[in-house]
Amino acid sequence: MIRVQREVFDVGREIAALTAGNTRIGGVASFVGLVRDLGGLRSMTLEHYPGMTERQLEKIDAEAHRRWPLEASLIVHRYGRLEPGEPIVLTITASAHRQAAFDSCNFLMDWLKTEAPFWKREEGADGERWVAAREDDDEARERWRETG
Amino acid sequence: MKILYFAWLRDKAGMSECEVSPPPGTATVGALIDWLAAQDECHAEVFADRSVVRFAVNQDFAEADTPVGPGDEVAFFPPVTGG
Repeated sequence: MIRVQREVFDVGREIAALTAGNTRIGGVASFVGLVRDLGGLRSMTLEHYPGMTERQLEKIDAEAHRRWPLEASLIVHRYGRLEPGEPIVLTITASAHRQAAFDSCNFLMDWLKTEAPFWKREEGADGERWVAAREDDDEARERWRETG
Repeated sequence: MKILYFAWLRDKAGMSECEVSPPPGTATVGALIDWLAAQDECHAEVFADRSVVRFAVNQDFAEADTPVGPGDEVAFFPPVTGG
């Protein structure tokens, strides 16, 4: 499942809802991305491409299910104006065994970083600027390339 | 054809979307960029450094040789920075 929303999310509630009634699940992995402030950040505004964002997140979610035996998964990504410390993104994966949950949760974030149409703009004391893409995000995505 | 701009490309373009009717023969994203960049100084500026422009056709990531035609939605944006 995927959701794109302005509102904050409650990790505990999301995990409970995702796993309710499925006793085949033996392990749940989750990741929460927060707005980081390394000095002087007032806010971060996330813009996205409505329509394409949902399509891309659905594809990434489906790819995780194709690669790992998942019982359930969830991606929640926020947009709009966020302040330092606020959660931006949540990925949850649930499987019979922990390794599939850990690995697929990692995979969801690596793919999301390069495949989902979101853009961050930072507001600091000296004005606003668009955040530049990171090369190591591309490298992180590449390590999931299937060989053979 | 519907054109969309996001992030700093939108700032440079001074608009978030517009309808355009490129001449017949504008068959790929690359050809569309050539045509848009020639329209006015504003668009020339948007596409001044094409290495930092990414695009999507009908909400799927596209390449310069991806076909485009009337009725398509073509979006231009910088490399994504979500997550």
